[in-house]
Amino acid sequence: MGGFLRINDIFQPKRLSFWESLNAWIFVLPWILGFFLFTGGPIFASLVISFTHWDIVNPPQWAGLANYETMLSDPLFFQSLKVTTMYALVAVPLQIVVGLFVAILLNTKIRLIGLYRTLFYLPAVLPIVSVAVMWRWILSRDWGLINWFLSLFGVYGPGWLSEPEWALPALILMSLWGVGAGMLIYLAGLQGIPTDLYEAAKVDGAGPWAQFLYVTLPMISPVILFQLVVGLIAAFQVFAQPFIMTQGGPQNATLFYLLHLFRNAFEFFRMGYASALSWVLFMYIAILTMLIFRFSAAWVFYEGEIRNE
Amino acid sequence: MTAASQRLIYKGKRPKATSIDWAKVLAHIILIAGSIMFLMPFIYVLSTSLKTAGDVYTFPPEFIPDPFAWENYPDALTAMPFDVFFLNTIMLAVGRIIGLILSCSLAGFAFAKLRWRGRNTLFFIVLLTLMIPTEVTLIPRYILFSKLGWVGSFAPLLVPGFFAENAFFVFLFRQFFMTMGQDLIDAARIDGCSFVGLFWRIIVPNAKPVFAVVAIYIIQNNWNSFLLPMIYLTDRAKYTLALGLRLFNEQYYSQTHLLMAASVFVVVPIVILFFFMQRYFIQGVVFTGSKG
Repeated sequence: MGGFLRINDIFQPKRLSFWESLNAWIFVLPWILGFFLFTGGPIFASLVISFTHWDIVNPPQWAGLANYETMLSDPLFFQSLKVTTMYALVAVPLQIVVGLFVAILLNTKIRLIGLYRTLFYLPAVLPIVSVAVMWRWILSRDWGLINWFLSLFGVYGPGWLSEPEWALPALILMSLWGVGAGMLIYLAGLQGIPTDLYEAAKVDGAGPWAQFLYVTLPMISPVILFQLVVGLIAAFQVFAQPFIMTQGGPQNATLFYLLHLFRNAFEFFRMGYASALSWVLFMYIAILTMLIFRFSAAWVFYEGEIRNE
Repeated sequence: MTAASQRLIYKGKRPKATSIDWAKVLAHIILIAGSIMFLMPFIYVLSTSLKTAGDVYTFPPEFIPDPFAWENYPDALTAMPFDVFFLNTIMLAVGRIIGLILSCSLAGFAFAKLRWRGRNTLFFIVLLTLMIPTEVTLIPRYILFSKLGWVGSFAPLLVPGFFAENAFFVFLFRQFFMTMGQDLIDAARIDGCSFVGLFWRIIVPNAKPVFAVVAIYIIQNNWNSFLLPMIYLTDRAKYTLALGLRLFNEQYYSQTHLLMAASVFVVVPIVILFFFMQRYFIQGVVFTGSKG
């Protein structure tokens, strides 16, 4: 992880060849055009659109800050922000803990380890629509697998997707089924930890728990930071699950931010308001990411780093 | 110190045959339990897809259908033109593979192996675009494509692919090409090889794994993608499998056995791909996760 940018590897030549530069620019040209047409341009455009009222059919009308003011009096905006934030606060840490736990188990040298790794990773590659359709059945109140399992212990399970207080926990539970993708990244990180660190810890009398706490955790902390940021961004892009399973209900308990944005843009054709929503989300994610990085210095350990204590 | 060295000596002498490693036994038990937990939803869905309509709603659930209702599959797959959806999905995947691999690998090559002014600045922008949430570009792109009259066609999903829209792939190619030796490239240059020839004859044959990884990622993303196809493909004749399954879900809401058969049909190709390509799936993550 340490060498993500590889600044040192970027070779600075003394003399640049014109022919080489020309070739390079031609090779990069599609990306440059794509950046202006589909990324950089649209980002700027969405900021401008957020200051207008626009239904696409009629010409846009300048609205000033009206869209942003509307947001302050839109209860669904606050509801969607609350739902998505709650999901991120609970699901992302759970995904990290479960993913890391599974990865440590799968990092042991035992027989059939390849098969185990495959089985745990498999749910992560499945189409999200199929997963959503399947889980609606699994979470069904009267016939679902989860409630059958609970009934073995004499617990009468709730209507997971039909009761407001259980719908969001159900979606969080479902997201844990897909921790395989994160598990693989931890596994790559775990295999990068030099074994002599563990040998040294053993010599110092460290048991398995102490080894985990003082060797594994600090060495893997950059990967955890990466997963935290990626997981957060992914949490704010959850769409297909609530769209297919609950349509945001019951009582807006699973009205994720992107679902609210989607409805404004493509059902009500309020492009200006939807653009304003996307910019507020962008800022919100940027601030959260900055906060995470700001506080990460306290717990993320980079190899070769000298700390001022 | 003495205790530790004693332990080391003891460890060296310990007879292997008689000791059972309880830690490994425990690991197996937890892993088997975990595997069952991860597989259970599949088995449940698979068994439901083979039940008759009357057998679906039983509690406690029966895992082995009795009788096996194999006709669920033809029934489900003919209820909607799934063959068309399947062909559409494949066509989109092929188009995106061609566009993205061509544009992203060439950009990655220029960033990794060519020397030119502006390289570092542009590469920094590539990295920045990795962090932009898709929501921000969603609406302006839609407006652009609707003004071009492309909404309802495959173009909004295919065309951006030819313009290296996936910064992650540019990054992946660049990282992989960086690890390739400079000597071979310099030698080819001295022999008068053009830059296109260099890419085609030296880079591509030596970087097959990364091309495989990217192709697999594109197929998987394409199979899973939902929001963008839903926005752009308004005509049912152009639906992908994901959209078709969602439509099926709405129209055959109550016929769970058929719905599960249809979802198994959508899942199976990607599961088969995964089993044959799992080495590459895992490699792709390792490239990005640990290699600098």
